[in-house]
Amino acid sequence: MAARDTNAPNPAFYALLVALVVMSAGPIVLMLATSFKLNVDIMSSTAGLFFMPTIQNYETALCDMLWYEVEHIRRCDPTFGRALVNSLIVATVSTALTLIIGCMAAYALVRFRFMGRDTVSMTTLMMRMVPPAVLLVPVFGIWTFQYGIDGTRMGLILIYTAMNLPFVVWILQSFIVQVPIQLEEAARMDGANPFQTFFLVVLPLIKPGLAAAAIFTFRVAWNEFLLGNALADRNSRTVPVTIVNSLTEYDIDWGVIMATGMLLAVPPIIFTFVASRQIITGMTAGAVKG
Amino acid sequence: MLANANRLTPYLFLAPAVAILVVALLYPVGYMVWASFLDWNPSQRIGEAEFVGLRNYVNLLGDEAFLESLGVTLRFAAIVVTVEMVLGVGLALLLDRQLKGMSILRTVFILPMMIAPIVVGLMWRYMYHPTVGILNRTLKSMGLDPVPWLSDGGWAFTSVVIADIWQWTPFIFILALAALQSLPRSAMEAARIDGATGWQLILYIKLPLMLPVLIVTALLRLIDAFKVLEVILVMTNGGPGLSTEILALRISRTASEFRELGYAAAMSNLLLILLMVLTLAMFFYGKVMDARAARIRAEAEEDA
Repeated sequence: MAARDTNAPNPAFYALLVALVVMSAGPIVLMLATSFKLNVDIMSSTAGLFFMPTIQNYETALCDMLWYEVEHIRRCDPTFGRALVNSLIVATVSTALTLIIGCMAAYALVRFRFMGRDTVSMTTLMMRMVPPAVLLVPVFGIWTFQYGIDGTRMGLILIYTAMNLPFVVWILQSFIVQVPIQLEEAARMDGANPFQTFFLVVLPLIKPGLAAAAIFTFRVAWNEFLLGNALADRNSRTVPVTIVNSLTEYDIDWGVIMATGMLLAVPPIIFTFVASRQIITGMTAGAVKG
Repeated sequence: MLANANRLTPYLFLAPAVAILVVALLYPVGYMVWASFLDWNPSQRIGEAEFVGLRNYVNLLGDEAFLESLGVTLRFAAIVVTVEMVLGVGLALLLDRQLKGMSILRTVFILPMMIAPIVVGLMWRYMYHPTVGILNRTLKSMGLDPVPWLSDGGWAFTSVVIADIWQWTPFIFILALAALQSLPRSAMEAARIDGATGWQLILYIKLPLMLPVLIVTALLRLIDAFKVLEVILVMTNGGPGLSTEILALRISRTASEFRELGYAAAMSNLLLILLMVLTLAMFFYGKVMDARAARIRAEAEEDA
């Protein structure tokens, strides 16, 4: 490491670095480019980097949410706009719920030590292991016949919250352990009750952990397809579900599909660029100590 | 520890989490175990379904489509984890040095994991497209024959594997790099003073020291490889034939297309047992390693 790096690194390493960045980002850039192309440009055999960019595909996807009339489409299909709203609501609410509930649970587990850490890490691992496909049958059955919340946003929020909770508790636990207990004792001396200590003293100190947990939770709720597909009806469909539904065997409208895919990918991409450090911390904490 | 804390407080803090987990996770899993003994279709309430004992499981063992998809799943998981481990760890070893722009690589590398699997599937399906896809276009412009990426069984499997490698190698890379950078400097310097070459350093010092993290990483990746569904669903929907129909996809199709919930539940159970074995293996491996580390530390202290 340090000893070897006193001399400047070989340019070949930079070439490798660039190649890896290109390989990793290439498909995403290609999707972005395609979403700005007319179908004529997509199909033409001379296609490449030279084309007239157009936002028509985005207009088609979001037609009912725009403040102006879109000329190039005859009939506006509101499916996607509605799904976008559903996705936003479901992902935001379930992230908020998961964080609040997960935080409290993590705090109790760390500070009151009435359950072994082993139990928690074991449960976390077990839950991480359960694939959504396995939950498909029981969740469909229970949500439909017992809870009666199939086809509602509530139903989706509940299952996403449950799916994310173990991981969030686990991540937050590792951050709460680092909060010095003296701070809390001081707050208690000043007459704060446990709830005040938690919300006013502990929470502000674990913001980085909360950020990481929030991003992971939002990502799962925002990206999930399988359970969304089984539970949602026409009015509560989320974006991944509408995208898959609009995929047909032949004659795919690539421009529009890529535009919708891009819209689905934008929030995670923003998070990545804003908070890559927290994401990496969360990823390594979740895996290395898992 | 906080002597004056109300005895009930911890339970109050825990209650919402426990309630949600019980209602929305434990109960469904228990329900699924029960459902796997039933002959049940989606239009029935579970109480109306007929109890058939182990029939679903017995049928599974003789179901060629199921065995085929189990085989596909195992092959898929084994191949992607091996290739990704080799690539990811190799790249980490190669790039573990002060390079400018490393942080850009790390940021870009997280992207494939962060965006929706559905979108990953879309991108690759577009790139694999027989006429408009960039891969066949490039082949054509080089004067080569186009490849039936998704329309031929063998190629489709390869294509799916390639997409997964693109998406998940960065995960291994990032974890391996983190492990490398937290290795004790002293061991490496001692080896270098003793005249170890770069290869010896990697083979006898770095890899053995990274091993615990690498094993955990591989197991996590293996567990996730059994959960892959959306990418394949969008790219091939399991076809052509059954060549890319992994177990998760088979479960979802059995439930929604063939409408046999009990049968799908039995499959889910088998998948869950498989994953449970892997998870337990990982957990106990962690315990054993911790114990060993503690013992070594204790011995070192005694010697000192």
